[in-house]
Amino acid sequence: MDEPRDEPRDEPRDESVDLPVDGDASAPPQAPPPAPQDAGAGGNGNGDDDGVIRTRALTKRYRGGQLAVDGLDLTVPAGSVFGFLGPNGSGKTTTIRMLMGLIEPTSGTARVLGQSMPRHARTVLPHVGALIEGPALYGFLSGRDNLLRQDAADPTADPRTRRSRVAAALDRVGLTAAAGKKARAYSLGMKQRLGLAAALLQPRRLLVLDEPTNGLDPQGMREIRTLVRELASDGTTVFLSSHLLDEIEQVCTHAAVMARGRLLTQGPVADLAAGARGRLVVTTPDPAEAARVLKEQGVGDVVADGDRVTGEPPERDLADVNAALVTAGVRARGFGIERASLEDAFVALTGEGFDVAG
Amino acid sequence: MSRAEPTAKTATTAKTATTATAAETATTGQAGPTGTAPAATAPGGTGGVGAARTLWTLGLLRSELVTTFRRWRTLALLAVLAAVPVLVGVAVRIETGGGGGPHGGGGGEGPAFIAQITNNGLFLVFTALAATLPVFLPLAVGVVAGDTIAGEASAGTLRYLLVAPAGRTRLLLTKYATVTAFCLAATFVVAVSALVVGALLFPLGDLTTISGTRIGFGEGLARALLIALVVAASLLGLAALGLFVSTLTNSGVAAMATTVGLVITAQILDQIPQLHAIQPYLFPHYWLSFADLMREPVYWDGLVKNLELQALYAAVFGSAAWARFTTKDITA
Ligand SMILES: Nc1ncnc2c1ncn2[C@@H]1O[C@H](COP(=O)(O)OP(=O)(O)OP(=O)(O)O)[C@@H](O)[C@H]1O
Ligand SMILES: [Mg+2]
Repeated sequence: MDEPRDEPRDEPRDESVDLPVDGDASAPPQAPPPAPQDAGAGGNGNGDDDGVIRTRALTKRYRGGQLAVDGLDLTVPAGSVFGFLGPNGSGKTTTIRMLMGLIEPTSGTARVLGQSMPRHARTVLPHVGALIEGPALYGFLSGRDNLLRQDAADPTADPRTRRSRVAAALDRVGLTAAAGKKARAYSLGMKQRLGLAAALLQPRRLLVLDEPTNGLDPQGMREIRTLVRELASDGTTVFLSSHLLDEIEQVCTHAAVMARGRLLTQGPVADLAAGARGRLVVTTPDPAEAARVLKEQGVGDVVADGDRVTGEPPERDLADVNAALVTAGVRARGFGIERASLEDAFVALTGEGFDVAG
Repeated sequence: MSRAEPTAKTATTAKTATTATAAETATTGQAGPTGTAPAATAPGGTGGVGAARTLWTLGLLRSELVTTFRRWRTLALLAVLAAVPVLVGVAVRIETGGGGGPHGGGGGEGPAFIAQITNNGLFLVFTALAATLPVFLPLAVGVVAGDTIAGEASAGTLRYLLVAPAGRTRLLLTKYATVTAFCLAATFVVAVSALVVGALLFPLGDLTTISGTRIGFGEGLARALLIALVVAASLLGLAALGLFVSTLTNSGVAAMATTVGLVITAQILDQIPQLHAIQPYLFPHYWLSFADLMREPVYWDGLVKNLELQALYAAVFGSAAWARFTTKDITA
């Protein structure tokens, strides 16, 4: 069993971005390893080696005086699927707006695809697909016409291939049948899909998705996950903000956690989850007896809940603990370490409090 | 009238200034796409790069025009404008009982030229333009211009246009070009509707100018066309003002209401005699000077002042809109 580390905060700035070699198969980060770079369109990959997104002391204070992002140092490695986490109001969307050149940072710098934003927005953004704070559509236009207009706004998009690219994007998000319908008649999930289609109109080197699964049905969510993995295997870097930690854990190779505008931690997902200790779980029809034996064996914080008895795993070999249970005649249906989920890590980092920071 | 000199001068300088900025922005606007085009076109992007690039840059304008003129609201505004000449024509026809007592010179009451309509349907064009220019046309333009940026912001589509990336200068120029197109379209809807109604309800033929000389029907049509162009140009100052207001707020409705409010305010101020010192700087002040095109010879003074004033407004508020929009935080 690998040693649970204490919280991996304050990682060195230039941490290497290798995937962790993790022998434990119970929570595999299912995303593919970083693909060789420059497979995507228009790849002059110079400057990408220091991250597809790299911010230094990025700070935004809104006009009302609200400090929304505070000294953010974020590095998104090329080829990663990067989960961007944080409670409501922690500054995720604000960060994304700065990365996309929609708002000017109060101080600090942001580089996307190796070029500084918002100054080089015109050269950077054609390689970036984005979904920011949910989809926004022209209700009086059909889904297809919405995409045609979005594509026409990009001066680097070839009008000769526009229709076929729009059709391909619609197909990719499963909207072909509803393409002729007015967008105001779309359901929330359909709008979300159309917004995603707009981000996929061209081959992109970076996809920035702010809560992409919001409003999607389970099939839709699954498709998005598949899509994200597919894109990542083509070498596209995906930067994904979400509240669904489950989602993040399933698709992301890396993650960062924000709270109150500050970055709490960033790094490979497996490392983050490992930061929160796993728990020993014994499933048994004799919970009282089991709890007694476990305490004897040095298991801390033993909690019996129905037929589940859990506790903090001891330093000693778990095989001995198991043997002790058997010797004491405790019947066990299950015995093992339950790995900490990203959710546990997230709550450990950001606290249990439900209230949004003001 | 004697203060015309300084006004004219400012207008000219301002005009030169805009031309310079426009040229400049056009160049910078080109720089982005030029830089990335070779990298971005993976397959088959080799032939006719120059022509293709222009086409690509104009793609947004085309999309904007189609989007604007397909909107239900735009069509409703144009329909109302088309209905005005019909109402005026029918009213005149009923009033005069179909006959036609020739009254001669300039109209006593009602819009200019209304008395001549029964003699010549072509006068309905002039009457309809004179009737719609003070209220209906500016209201329609105010709605469309006020909605340009603020409407996209309140729908949230602005952020997607900007990350496409449309480019802020390019988007603003496209929006102004579209409002200009709407000014033309609105004016021509009124003029064409009036011409059709006039031809159906009244006789056509040679016509008498305000100066009393007679001109042929062909020449009259040419003048009508010229007048329509001047009326459309009269709205360009307001269009720039509306564009500027539109960059100030994220609410499309607020921007439209403000622009329309400014139209009404300017019209009222223009009627208050005590304010005659500022009146030459109000954008509607010289609007009705288009009637001077019906004199023989044409009396250019007011027409030129009108166009200069519109250019001044376009320069000042166009620059203000540009300064505001290119530095604005887009959070909607
Ligand atoms: N336009 C704005 N003007 C002023 N303050 C703002 C603005 N937009 C956001 N804020 C503030 O900035 C902080 C960060 O907001 P942001 O939208 O970035 O959060 P978020 O992490 O995206 O939250 P959520 O998970 O709810 O989407 C919040 O405190 C919010 O109140
Ligand atoms: Mg958000």
